[in-house]
Amino acid sequence: MAEPRPVLEMTGIVKEFPGVRALSGVDFRLFPGEIHALMGENGAGKSTLIKVLTGVYSLDGGTVTLDGKSVRIASPLQAQQAGISTVYQEVNLCPNLSVAENIFIGREPTRFGRIQWKQMRKEAAELVDRLGLDIDVTAPLSSYPLAVQQLVAIVRSVGTGDSDGAGAGTKVLVLDEPTSSLDRDEVLELFRLMRQLRDEGVAILFVSHFLDQIYEICDRMTVLRNGALVGEHMVSDLDQVGLIQLMIGKAMDQLEGLHEHQLHAEVGEPLVRADGLGRKGGIDPFDLEVNKGEVVGLAGLLGSGRTELARLLFGADQPDSGKVTIDGKQVSMSAPNDAIGAGVAFCSENRKTEGLVPDLTVRENIILALQAARGWTRPIPAAQRDELVAKYIKALDIRPANPEARVGQLSGGNQQKVLLARWLITQPKLLILDEPTRGIDVGAKAEIQKLVVSLSEEGMSVLYIAAELEEVLRLSHTIGVLRDRKLVARIANGPEITPTRILETIASGEHQ
Amino acid sequence: MSTATQTPTATDSGRTPSRATRLLGDRRLPVLVTATLFLVMYAAGLSRYANYGFGEPQVFLNLFIDNGYLLVAAVGATFVILSGGIDLSVGSVIGFTTMLTAWLVEKQGLPVLVVIPIALGVGAFGGFLMGYVIHNFEIQPFIVTLAGLFLFRGLCLVISKESISIGDSTVSSMAQAQASLGVGFLSVGAIVSLVVLAVAFYVLHYTRFGRRVYAIGGNEQSALLMGLPQGGTKIAVYTVSGFCSALAGLLFTLYIQSGDPLHATGMELDAIAAVVIGGTLLTGGSGYVLGTLFGVLVLGLIKSIIQFEGTLSSWWTKIATGVLLCAFILIQRAMTTRKKT
Amino acid sequence: MTTTPRWRALTQHHLFWPVAVLVLLLLINVPFTPDFFAIKMTDGHLYGSLVSIVLFGSPLILVAVGMTLVIATGGIDLSVGAVVAITGALTCSYISDQSDQGALAGVFLAMGIGLVAAVVCGLWNGFLVARMGIQPIIATLIIMVAGRGVAQLITDGQIITINSEPYKLIGGGYWLTLPFSIFVVAAVVAVTVALTRRTALGLLVEAVGGNAEASRLVGIRSRRIKIMVYVFCALCAGIAGLMISSNTSAADGNNAGLWIELDAILAVVIGGTSLLGGRFSIGGTVVGALVIQTLTTTIYTIGVPTQTNLVFKAAVVIVVCLLQSPKFRAKVFGARFGAKGGGKPSATPTDTTPSTATAPKMEVS
Repeated sequence: MAEPRPVLEMTGIVKEFPGVRALSGVDFRLFPGEIHALMGENGAGKSTLIKVLTGVYSLDGGTVTLDGKSVRIASPLQAQQAGISTVYQEVNLCPNLSVAENIFIGREPTRFGRIQWKQMRKEAAELVDRLGLDIDVTAPLSSYPLAVQQLVAIVRSVGTGDSDGAGAGTKVLVLDEPTSSLDRDEVLELFRLMRQLRDEGVAILFVSHFLDQIYEICDRMTVLRNGALVGEHMVSDLDQVGLIQLMIGKAMDQLEGLHEHQLHAEVGEPLVRADGLGRKGGIDPFDLEVNKGEVVGLAGLLGSGRTELARLLFGADQPDSGKVTIDGKQVSMSAPNDAIGAGVAFCSENRKTEGLVPDLTVRENIILALQAARGWTRPIPAAQRDELVAKYIKALDIRPANPEARVGQLSGGNQQKVLLARWLITQPKLLILDEPTRGIDVGAKAEIQKLVVSLSEEGMSVLYIAAELEEVLRLSHTIGVLRDRKLVARIANGPEITPTRILETIASGEHQ
Repeated sequence: MSTATQTPTATDSGRTPSRATRLLGDRRLPVLVTATLFLVMYAAGLSRYANYGFGEPQVFLNLFIDNGYLLVAAVGATFVILSGGIDLSVGSVIGFTTMLTAWLVEKQGLPVLVVIPIALGVGAFGGFLMGYVIHNFEIQPFIVTLAGLFLFRGLCLVISKESISIGDSTVSSMAQAQASLGVGFLSVGAIVSLVVLAVAFYVLHYTRFGRRVYAIGGNEQSALLMGLPQGGTKIAVYTVSGFCSALAGLLFTLYIQSGDPLHATGMELDAIAAVVIGGTLLTGGSGYVLGTLFGVLVLGLIKSIIQFEGTLSSWWTKIATGVLLCAFILIQRAMTTRKKT
Repeated sequence: MTTTPRWRALTQHHLFWPVAVLVLLLLINVPFTPDFFAIKMTDGHLYGSLVSIVLFGSPLILVAVGMTLVIATGGIDLSVGAVVAITGALTCSYISDQSDQGALAGVFLAMGIGLVAAVVCGLWNGFLVARMGIQPIIATLIIMVAGRGVAQLITDGQIITINSEPYKLIGGGYWLTLPFSIFVVAAVVAVTVALTRRTALGLLVEAVGGNAEASRLVGIRSRRIKIMVYVFCALCAGIAGLMISSNTSAADGNNAGLWIELDAILAVVIGGTSLLGGRFSIGGTVVGALVIQTLTTTIYTIGVPTQTNLVFKAAVVIVVCLLQSPKFRAKVFGARFGAKGGGKPSATPTDTTPSTATAPKMEVS
């Protein structure tokens, strides 16, 4: 491909949040008539970059050039006016309005201030028709499945830009995980539309966790890691293993001892068995066995179903099929209560929204799970409570070591330890840790990993999810590999298992 | 509608909604339910009180005459509720307007034609202030309009603790003016309320502002990301509600020909109930101002039936309103959960 | 400025500002009524402005205490005023039907009937909120609208007056030189504090209100807790209803407890409990209710026409809410002040999108 002028150039983009540097000097460019993938794991800075581009966040440094002109985008409206349209994963349209209105709202055709409904419907129908879609524009958006709503969102983006809605205005179309809840036919329809728009000269920025989709539709990709640019490649030049390596990065290796230790550890008898457990749109039915004292690591990219698997085992989501047996007894997993009663604990990857109660103190957050299990009538006696809390604050080295501190004010690593303490205090049989080391400093990372090993030594089973393969390999006795919402392989850890082997399994979906 | 049935292809089979789901999901359904309820109640009244003159056309027209002010207030509340907010200050603003009008006309001797724009302006400005605070400081509408409720009721009492009756000749001639319709007549208040209804219908369905109200109520976050000026719309919605409340206050003054600091106490509840019974979702985004008309008519009809019954006491109005409110809230709940699946 | 650590600790205590406002309001009275703080003993009863503030504020304190727990779970209960009316109406109509209105058994049974009705109302609210998942404002609106009709139905639209000495005690009688209602309030507040702080109820309520999803994942049965707080709130309102009807020896279906839900919410907010749920303070609420009652008294004693009471109240609502609004603080006092303190943590990047999404708009405007 000849090197034309990029339609969008972002240089040295910096975005900081209190205590976090989400983007540190990222460069990014987008050419007209290409589909460009933005790749990276959790916390790599993908969504921050997109939000800076679309005016949701203001940028703290760097420049954005659109069509050769430097622009400053301060709001979603300005982004749209500049020709940058976005379709988010959760469709940001108004489900209560008709399809035609959703396409046109904010720029409805009017005469003397009166909305010309007929003309609007006609234009909407034409636009939909031109893009080869079959949608009744008069129906309310909510009467259509999500996939169609997504397509409508794209139609709106394409129509946005100039007031007569001819569709010439959109230069850049950002698709943020549009495929995450679509089935295969719906994805194909979406891809057809994307190709058509690309051929019309629109630059499309595409984010997806499905590698196959990236390789199917994209021309070029940019990889981010930890808020920094790792590289820009033509899709044809980089194979899946290479890509995953770029996304996941190099290992920390000061914890090799742990690995050796785990390789030689013995595990006990079966504790948890899942048979055909599955949930539509979450994860395909899977079988999984966790033995006493065993650490089962889950390897897979973001969106591969690793979190969904964990949530099913905890009853956080209701399964469509399958059963769970714990200690030989079948447990109905209809709510977290059931799982907790059976000795399962779950630390969510979303500490803030699904874990902490930020207004409460460290002490209160730590005893919450135990207290919930005891019920409100049986408070933990103050002396016993303070002793327990003090013990875990000390054991996990939570700082500040003040049980009265508001947990919302702690650093990420300490918040994670508070959540760990919350569950350890209940002495669970199976501890599910979903990305416990994400977004926390190196020291805390190492401590948490050491803790996992010592817990398993004491006989606790752990289901460990982490983005970093080395981490999974280091801690696990068994590794479950996920890809595209399927548990594709279960590998017994051993000296011959290397990150590359796992990568190959993730990339190919098969284990040799 | 026809385009949907024209081209059902194999891949699209799951896409075009079936007729049944479409009927259940149709946003006009609640309005139809309310309209049917009104007709059934009216027919029941006809059969039961046929000998007492229930069938007179004027009985029907009186629904508009006796509830014109409520209709106007409920139209204002419809705007707010459609946008996903709530306005508790309606009753107080109505009461305040009656006091202000009576005071200005009787005690200050201002001509009615000067007083009307002043009263409307004050109401609209009050609404604007509340909207401004709600939007700019992100305080819940519930609390802000609660402060409005206290403020305007307090201002009523500041003007006077006693009620002020209006003897002004212009007012009484306006109050007695009737427009003959052949079979009966309508008062000025009834006509104004119908005009307000028509204007509101036009604004909500044929202007960009009206559609923005729906969009914000449907999903405020989306409306923002779609680039709609959501702040201005919110402020405007409360301004409209303040204006409508003041206008309702003027109509109420005309209807009752006095100002009283306790006029229209709790009328915000009647207005909200009328809106909900009229099929508007309290969470916003779905509903029709025409439904509000039927909601008001149903409430009015309950009152007249209770009058015709003679043995039933006035508090049955409140109980019936509550029961209807409950029924419609549960219907709404059922409808919204169906949508999610 | 000399800010010793102790002074700073004092000002940062969650009760500091409500108490400061209360003290200020009380002091304002002194120039107008020099013997404002004096308490006289007449006929074996204590009289004085302070006593009457507590006496007249009793029903409000009761309702506000119940409301605090509801608000802490992130809800609201608009029906308390109607519950006050229903309880008073039921109890009084039962007593008035007795041949001997002074009979203790009859009075207790009457009160029992009234309180059971209140509990039923609470169960209904809790059912709608926790089981049906209806927004609290909407769910409790139903009883708010219908409840007054029911109360009037019970009293047949009349104001039922009764003449029962034992019943008079609750809201109008004296015991150990003090108004009896003060003891009732003290008992209810003590029970509430014990119930929330001696058991784990308070913690679980705060967890549900502070982060509903996290509470679910930690295994808290939040439905049960929500139903409990609505029942408790209605029960408090019921006791307040007994008190009000006892004080006037009459049940007025139309006016008993009118606006009390609004005053109660206001008291909770002044007391420092956030309307968004989470942390609550019973003590703060009691102080908040006393502030409202003192405001009424003050307006009366300083000679401002009593009708301006509502205007002042409106001013208080606005000031308190503006001070609690992080956005207002950020605009007026600068971002640093706005970010710290406050009931809710400030928005961080991974927080909910609405708060971050509106950020750029602030620059434009």
